[in-house]
Amino acid sequence: MKSADTLNAPRSSGPIASWTVRHVSTAIGALGRLARQPFASLMTILVIAVTLALPSALHLLIKNTQSISASWDNALDFSVYLNGDTSIDAARRLADIIRQRADVEEVTLISADEALEEFRDQSGFGEALDHLTVNPLPHTLVVRPGSVNTEASLSLLHEELGNLPEADMVQVDTEWVRRFHAILDILQRSIAIGAALLGAAIFVIIGNTIRLDIQNRREEIEVTKLIGASNAFVRRPFLYSGLWYGLGGGLLALALVRYGLYALEAPVTRLAGLYNSPFSVLALDFGESMLIIGAGVTLGLSGSWVAAARHMRRIEPR
Amino acid sequence: MIQFENVTKRFPGGHDALRGLSLVVEKGEMVFVTGHSGAGKTTLLRLIALIERPTSGQVIVDGQNTSRVSRRKIPAYRRQIGMVFQDHKLLYDRPVFDNVALPLIIAGLSHRDAARKVRAALDQVSLLNKEKQFPETLSSGEQQRVGIARAIVSRPKLLIADEPTGNLDPDLSLEVMRIFRRFNEIGVTLLIASHDIALIDQLGCRRIPLANGMLHYEEEEDVVAEYAERLESERGRTG
Repeated sequence: MKSADTLNAPRSSGPIASWTVRHVSTAIGALGRLARQPFASLMTILVIAVTLALPSALHLLIKNTQSISASWDNALDFSVYLNGDTSIDAARRLADIIRQRADVEEVTLISADEALEEFRDQSGFGEALDHLTVNPLPHTLVVRPGSVNTEASLSLLHEELGNLPEADMVQVDTEWVRRFHAILDILQRSIAIGAALLGAAIFVIIGNTIRLDIQNRREEIEVTKLIGASNAFVRRPFLYSGLWYGLGGGLLALALVRYGLYALEAPVTRLAGLYNSPFSVLALDFGESMLIIGAGVTLGLSGSWVAAARHMRRIEPR
Repeated sequence: MIQFENVTKRFPGGHDALRGLSLVVEKGEMVFVTGHSGAGKTTLLRLIALIERPTSGQVIVDGQNTSRVSRRKIPAYRRQIGMVFQDHKLLYDRPVFDNVALPLIIAGLSHRDAARKVRAALDQVSLLNKEKQFPETLSSGEQQRVGIARAIVSRPKLLIADEPTGNLDPDLSLEVMRIFRRFNEIGVTLLIASHDIALIDQLGCRRIPLANGMLHYEEEEDVVAEYAERLESERGRTG
């Protein structure tokens, strides 16, 4: 009884094994306590799950939008409308010449007839067009620049195509793609900020839940301290509660996002079908899923840690 | 085992619970602290358990000067002492077994390693068949015995008890005291606060009488006289 070392507590197993046993039994005990109040625990977990699912879902929306628009990125095609009096043969020759250029990957000729046919099919003006005696549409060369091009070389190509004697007008529809990407960037950053705020909310929710839990078990904490429990010992079950809340919230958030995707898949596929697009919905990948669960666990642990550290110290046996 | 040297405990507001108290309890003794409520019995025990710190003077427990036990070391210090409380201080959300096992679990034993010691402790208080019950389903006397089993499960050399029979009828009180006696016979030092003079006289143990936070041997006779008087009147009533 001279010091704590002579404590009458023989350790029949090694210190690491007993540490593990202690933690596992505390973790299971904390889980059991949550299970004994299923409604309250589920409410807390649900709040955390929704809070985690919200930015995750928005992130997925951005990610999918980016994946659609990524294909536009590679297709900064120049549409070169030729003069009305250019013959189809001249247009073919011109296409061959442009095709020789090192900075051009592909040139497609859309003849005036093809263009009219396409317009008839898609515009719904079919019958009205029948009354035209001449085809008002020009031949068009669709020039796809090579991937080696820089911003400067693209604008040079643009200029040179415009200077061709046969060219009437060169149109580039890239500006809006860039703007669109800029908007996506802003949205993505907003989601990151929103996610940080929601993370803070989870921290507070868990901290508050644990604080109430500590208050409800005040007497138990006092008694346990009275018979020699350290702060670490009385704190441990609350940390595990926080961990379970966070883990449960993370897993449920994944399930919510997954269910949301499942619900959206059919209409998205139908829409993509209408556009003849092979687009399919991107789900959360493994890393993103782990990030969501990790965020839940980290916030759960840190929230309960702060609450326990703040409130536990003040509870001393009276 | 326990030594108080000129110990004063003044509470905020100026009330002195103990005034320059000096006393010695030898190893292996079974000693009762007696006195009216407010005499300082509880404060004396709380100083030993380090729930309170003395305002001045020194409390030495088993050669350890308690003023040198830092806040961080208090848990390890308390684990060396068995404590029994008037209101049992059991945890009502878990069965008897878990209540008794708690000191061992705190000390780092696994549930399985603790089981043998828990059963031995429950056997000593004759509650072996109640280990799966919850404290609420037990009588007050049984609950107190669970509290005692918890106090002795890690085989402390010192056991302190604050009014352990305060809520019990005389038969149960005697039963509890007999249990304490058995521990004392195997070498445990006991310091018990109680105002049940009749019971203490039956056991024939040394007394430390307190009044107003000081040793007060003269008062003892008064208390005995008072008790004899009460006994007389009770006898008169029943007879």
